[in-house]
Amino acid sequence: MLVLALDTSTPACAVALVELGALPVDPRRQADRAPQDQAPQDQAAAGRALFEWQALFERAVWDARRHGELLAPLVAEALAEAGIRPPDLAAVVVGAGPGPFTSLRVGMVTGAAFGAALGIPVHGVCSLDGIGTVTEGPVGVITDARRREVFWARYQDGTRVGEPGVGAPAAVVAQLRASGATRVTGPGVALYPEVFAEFGHSADRADRADRADGADGADGPLVPGSPAPAVLVRCVAADILGGRTPAPLVPLYLRRPDAAEPRPPKTVTVAG
Amino acid sequence: MTERPLVLGIETSCDETGVGLVRGGTLIADALASSVDEHARYGGVVPEIAARAHLEAMVPTIERALDRAGLRHRDVDAVAVTAGPGLAGALLVGVAAAKAYALALGVPLHGVHHLAAHVAVDTLEHGPLPRPSVALLVSGGHSSLLLVPDLATEPVVPLGATVDDAAGEAYDKVARLLGMPFPGGPPIDAAARDGRADIAFPRAKAGDGTFDFSFSGLKTAVARWVEARHRSGEPVPVADVAASFQEAVADVLTAKAVAACRSQGVDTLVIGGGVAANSRLRALAALRCEAAGIQLRVPRPGLCTDNGAMVAALGSLRVEAGVAPSPWDLPATSTLPL
Ligand SMILES: [Zn+2]
Repeated sequence: MLVLALDTSTPACAVALVELGALPVDPRRQADRAPQDQAPQDQAAAGRALFEWQALFERAVWDARRHGELLAPLVAEALAEAGIRPPDLAAVVVGAGPGPFTSLRVGMVTGAAFGAALGIPVHGVCSLDGIGTVTEGPVGVITDARRREVFWARYQDGTRVGEPGVGAPAAVVAQLRASGATRVTGPGVALYPEVFAEFGHSADRADRADRADGADGADGPLVPGSPAPAVLVRCVAADILGGRTPAPLVPLYLRRPDAAEPRPPKTVTVAG
Repeated sequence: MTERPLVLGIETSCDETGVGLVRGGTLIADALASSVDEHARYGGVVPEIAARAHLEAMVPTIERALDRAGLRHRDVDAVAVTAGPGLAGALLVGVAAAKAYALALGVPLHGVHHLAAHVAVDTLEHGPLPRPSVALLVSGGHSSLLLVPDLATEPVVPLGATVDDAAGEAYDKVARLLGMPFPGGPPIDAAARDGRADIAFPRAKAGDGTFDFSFSGLKTAVARWVEARHRSGEPVPVADVAASFQEAVADVLTAKAVAACRSQGVDTLVIGGGVAANSRLRALAALRCEAAGIQLRVPRPGLCTDNGAMVAALGSLRVEAGVAPSPWDLPATSTLPL
């Protein structure tokens, strides 16, 4: 099954095309499996469905303000490079945030529209899972929420514990400390290095960044630690392969919109 | 005989998620989701609330339009979308959606100008537009006079615009002053029917030789007048204030529109935008156009406000004229020039 995956929850505009298959599989395919794939026995041990996956395309372009311009060309490029026509796609996976609202919506509406146009399911996944599910041990995943705050979630051996949150870095540190996290990762960490200094930096993602760096003439590498869309596909692989209807696509804003109710009409003669 | 191309139009520049389907010069179906009620308590459109509502409504509104037409996604031959001007975050949702539909369906994408689309919608009701025409577009977001050469192939030319508030904005502010709900157009129009337009509110920029407007001073004049009444303890004659304010707005708009037609040697005026639904503006425009020998074209109210049909109408004109499609990196431009 061919799956298109998108994430625009960070300054990275990230697109992947993933071929997903249930195991057992053709041995020839086994040999092609991406090196970072989990061994089937690990998946079984983790109680997940057995599947194989291969990223046919995975690329990110870093520009916090231009997701709306960058995403569609990147999707077109992915399809062209992998030799895939849109009707060949079986599902869409999209990072549902949390992330800065404007860029987040670009990815979400693109995923939703792509799925609707093709009549295929669209699975929303917490974007932080695109980082957290490939970590080990007790780890906090941190991304930039702007306004001197971060989005965060805690993972235990690659499984998210609880819902993602938003808060001031110092407050998040206190919660992570209380939850027993020993390491942090994600693009939000580097923005507040002193605040997160007490934690070790999770290095689980370094290999991914290296791999993408070497990818064929990419516009830019996968930003180290930004949500990897191919990983998002793995998060819902069992649902996709099982043909389960996805839950409605809901963006994880975690904040109310800024809006103030107007004051009573002012007295113009006094106010000028 | 092959069927003419079916164009899907998407509009998200403000608080309406609009979707239209047009084939040739014919409106096949349209659907609209509005977040206007969510903005009412804030007295104006809140950009983040509008953008959130667009994301929620985008796909369901497209499905509704297709359902109404009894068509499927794969029947769509081209996708048109408002690329600007408008609220940046709101535009972006529509543009991203349009690209995704076009890419997924393997059809061309056409980014169009919101104001040109307001003019183009009239062709769905009254047929091809004489070239050139003049258009008066008035809403909560814009007040413009435009020279319209060929809608499909040539850019519209701005003749004038408001230098401060849009006409619809002035309606909203005056309505608030009079204790009426947002948006202010309909309640003021209704109240004005029982009133006399005998309060002399100013006509800013009238007869100044430009085609520009200014409504900020008018709004302030109304506020001062109402306040003086409050101070003197006299009741505010709401109907008279509404009628007089409305008369001032309609007077300046129609006088300048007719003058613009004359200066350009044009004999067709199109009025569009939400304020085009205003009864006094329509009546006065009809009167003055008749006297000046100008043919007046005003689409029905449902097509005057922001909607997807207008975008599909302009997209359809472009597709049939063989205009090159937009690239996949088409930006959403909140201040898109004409
Ligand atoms: Zn408009």
